[in-house]
Amino acid sequence: MKISVRQVDGVTIVDCSGRITLGEGSVTLRDTVREILAKGQKKILLNLADVNYIDSSGIGELVSAFTTTKNQNGELKLLKLTKKVNDLLQITKLYTVFDVKDDETAAVKSFK
Amino acid sequence: MGITEQRVSYTLDSTLQTVDSAEEKATRIATELGFSEDEVMQISMAVREAAVNAVLHGNAYAPDKKVTLSFERTPENLVITVCDQGAGMDLARIPNPLAPENLLKTSGRGIFLMRSFMDVVEIRPSHTGTELKMIKHVHGPSAGGKEASQ
Repeated sequence: MKISVRQVDGVTIVDCSGRITLGEGSVTLRDTVREILAKGQKKILLNLADVNYIDSSGIGELVSAFTTTKNQNGELKLLKLTKKVNDLLQITKLYTVFDVKDDETAAVKSFK
Repeated sequence: MGITEQRVSYTLDSTLQTVDSAEEKATRIATELGFSEDEVMQISMAVREAAVNAVLHGNAYAPDKKVTLSFERTPENLVITVCDQGAGMDLARIPNPLAPENLLKTSGRGIFLMRSFMDVVEIRPSHTGTELKMIKHVHGPSAGGKEASQ
């Protein structure tokens, strides 16, 4: 899994690509979100457009990132889900938990 | 590894590499059997989750414990069996991941996903640990035209 981080209008956008699975992918995502929060940046947009595979551990990491951010009075939203990831979030009912956006500009503006 | 005309089995270490290897094998075999792209994804993910259970929760990465993975093709089904040498699991203690109070838990979705993606999932204690059997029905002439091969 590869991750790059950029700032747009006060929102930290995390561009993820590859797989979020048990092992390296999940750990990479966890460490990245923790580093962002440690810097005091609490508006996080996870761009999953290029994430082609996620397993239950990866789903767990998304939930962990969401709750960790929320517990620090931040907001974490998801951007551009692939069909596979979208289907998984539907099956697990997590689509109702996450704020999922399709358009980056609109997503950035949606943060408080 | 052992192989017969319609059945292939592997004995694997209790490592993370086994999880990836099991997924790759499932993808290859399901593809060779002619399952659709979506079905291949479902089968490979179910096998990955089963392997995670066996390696982490069953064998707890113990180097002296093995995971046995087998694929069997019958006229109607692909039957996949994953066995570990762990202490076994109490299914009654696995919470429903769709319950509102469990939605934000970071684990506990593996068996749920297997049941979502496969037609049958049976988990039972074996003489050496836990045996997890999953079945995917073959639908129509597009699936099952070829036998599993090594």
